[in-house]
Amino acid sequence: MARIDVVMPQMGESIAEGTLSRWLKAVGDQVKRDEPMFEISTDKVDAEIPAPSAGVLAEILVQEGETVEVQTVVARLETDTAAAATSPATSPPTSAPSQSALAPSQPPDLAEPPPVPQPQATAPAPTDHPEVASGPTSAEGVSPPPVQATYTEADRRVGAEETFEERLTRKSTPLVRRMVAEHDLRLGDIPGTGLAGRVTKKDVLDYLELGVPRTAAAAPASPEAHTPPSRVSGPLVDPWPGDRVEPWSRIRKLTADHMVMSRRVSAHVNSVIEVDYSRVASLRAAKKSEYGERGVNLTFLAFIAKAVADALPRHAVLNAAVSGESTIYRREVNLGVAVALDWGLIVPVIRHADGLSLLGMARAINDLAERARGKRLSPDEVQKGTFTITNPGVFGTFVGLPILNQPQSAILAVGAIEKRPSVVQGPDGVDALAIRTKGMLALSFDHRIVDGADADRFLAELRVMLQEFPESAT
Amino acid sequence: MAEITYLEAIREGLHEEMERDATVVLLGEDIGEYGGAFKVTQGLHARFGEDRVIETPISEIAIVGVAAGMSHMGMRPVCEMQFIDFMSNAYSILTNYVATSRYRTAGLPVPLVVRGPSGGGVRGGPFHSQNAEAGYLHTPGLKIVTPATVYDAKGLIKAAIRDDDPVLYLEHKYLYRRLKDELPTDREVLTPLGKARLAQAGTDVSIVTYSAMVYKALEAAAILEREDGLSVEVLDLRSLQPLDDEAILTTTKKTNRVLVAHEDTRTGGVGAEIVARINELAFEWLDAPIRRVCAHDVPLPFAPTLEDFVLPQTADLVSACRWLAAY
Repeated sequence: MARIDVVMPQMGESIAEGTLSRWLKAVGDQVKRDEPMFEISTDKVDAEIPAPSAGVLAEILVQEGETVEVQTVVARLETDTAAAATSPATSPPTSAPSQSALAPSQPPDLAEPPPVPQPQATAPAPTDHPEVASGPTSAEGVSPPPVQATYTEADRRVGAEETFEERLTRKSTPLVRRMVAEHDLRLGDIPGTGLAGRVTKKDVLDYLELGVPRTAAAAPASPEAHTPPSRVSGPLVDPWPGDRVEPWSRIRKLTADHMVMSRRVSAHVNSVIEVDYSRVASLRAAKKSEYGERGVNLTFLAFIAKAVADALPRHAVLNAAVSGESTIYRREVNLGVAVALDWGLIVPVIRHADGLSLLGMARAINDLAERARGKRLSPDEVQKGTFTITNPGVFGTFVGLPILNQPQSAILAVGAIEKRPSVVQGPDGVDALAIRTKGMLALSFDHRIVDGADADRFLAELRVMLQEFPESAT
Repeated sequence: MAEITYLEAIREGLHEEMERDATVVLLGEDIGEYGGAFKVTQGLHARFGEDRVIETPISEIAIVGVAAGMSHMGMRPVCEMQFIDFMSNAYSILTNYVATSRYRTAGLPVPLVVRGPSGGGVRGGPFHSQNAEAGYLHTPGLKIVTPATVYDAKGLIKAAIRDDDPVLYLEHKYLYRRLKDELPTDREVLTPLGKARLAQAGTDVSIVTYSAMVYKALEAAAILEREDGLSVEVLDLRSLQPLDDEAILTTTKKTNRVLVAHEDTRTGGVGAEIVARINELAFEWLDAPIRRVCAHDVPLPFAPTLEDFVLPQTADLVSACRWLAAY
């Protein structure tokens, strides 16, 4: 036996009660679904109320003329079919309900009353279509209990994991993310000049145009400094008849900007030391053909680079960078080696140079220089240098006083290595004039963090290592 | 042909349409012999008579209501609101009746125009300086145009009158006599509804704006070019309903940095709608958040210093563009 309630319906939002004015059916009568069962009268409207289901009118609980609150049960219907119920008012149109096995002669029907839809007790899930109401919209107009939705501590923590600047640096903007994806780049490889040092559209375009990124990233702007790096300009210059005016290439422009910026940012100081390369020269001569058989050209530069890479871990402030008002001591020793190209200057980087043997160093220098000249360097290979060596001596220059390769704190210039007269002390303690292979090593350093003594100690150690270069290390 | 003012351009437009189409009639307070509070309709009463230039009592509901009825009967009324601020008296009839008429009546159109002086900067206080567009943008069924140039003042009033839908034509009182231009005589001056105008092309930042603000935007662009070397694009929307989505997207995709500016107050202003659309349609082209420069959310003060503070000024546009450029 299954009895369902028939209730006084709510005919409008503001209607709270209704009067049952007339019964159209009597107890014991068969009613079909949707057949008018009784009439009601409310403030706004009079209406015939249909039966919610097929069945037999079993009980009448509210008499004609009585006024009751909406939702009051006015009658009960006896239904003997036990078909599956659906909720007609709130769900989208359903397929035909299943037929009951017990009463095959009756048309397929709903056995149970439409359940009063309950609203979700939690906040709507993000997948909810925004236009569909989360509450019920049944014809009976049941008002839903209030929806409770509050943010928990866990919710609040999710958004607070990184600062605005960190997020901006990590994610940049939609446009930049799209450009990076389209060109199969990595955001982290591209130097950024925007707010909080983020990568801008222009930075990506510059990166793409060059093929390799700029030789140095601009120092990240502090969060308060929302202005782009200003360019100091010189006097206006006019060409004279016969002059050739050549607009700057991208690499020239970037180099120019970097040089000016570097001088402006760092407190440049130079220290120079003279090194006697006679021992290195003889080692080189001895090992040249052996290295040559292994495909490596053994140069003075390789010896010097090896000495630098070995010494730097003991002179950490020369393998460092300034960040705001802090010094970043780099753990890695990544040696940049400046290469002069026909069209400009580039600094490929030997990563983890402190782990290389002399052979490894010579090989790396050869390889990078060759690929630099052939424009076959990858973006990785000009990034993340911690110290730079430049070799003006190869052109015969006695001493070079280079500009720092930002954001590094030091750069070593190798002067020409050649035979020079030198005072040596003979075994008898008497000074004599000898011919020695000599050259100058000049260190430019950032006196904001490198003091004179730091620089001098480093140069002194380099000299000792080169002048006493162990054969076992060749 | 001599230069005419923005106000005279509106008058010319009304005159030409009334000559062209005998069903065009004007309704409003003091628009007859007196020629209107601002003299927009001066001379029209003498030319067309009291049957076509109808003076009304002080009742905006009556003006619009009667116009709606007249439009059902085949006329094309142009209602003048003495100050657009007073149009809100007719809000119900405009939004409930006029805007829905086509829909409710299976096609009965309401080809009327409601026009009036909007905007501030004239020390008129809160009842004579409003920008009315936001309240009506939200109501489907009403078109809204805001001419910024002398050409569009004439072109848009003519187009509005010819349009079979109700059009709110929001002219800016500050521009009435300050703007002068020479209009072509060799062809008819008509501006299509729903199409923006590129006031100035640029590459670094876009300012999307309308009405009198266009001039502050152009001033800001000149300053930014001179002092910062920035190239600023200025888009004059001209039509707020419908908005020219295509033009808005084109400029967004071009510069990737957008400033939306209007003289109206910030919260719920037309700018908010534009920002939402750009977000929906061009998120992947944004290299900076979209910014807005609008009036502060307060009733407009009488005191000149306070009015100037509340309303957006050129300097506000300049600093917003700088922020965008540096992002």
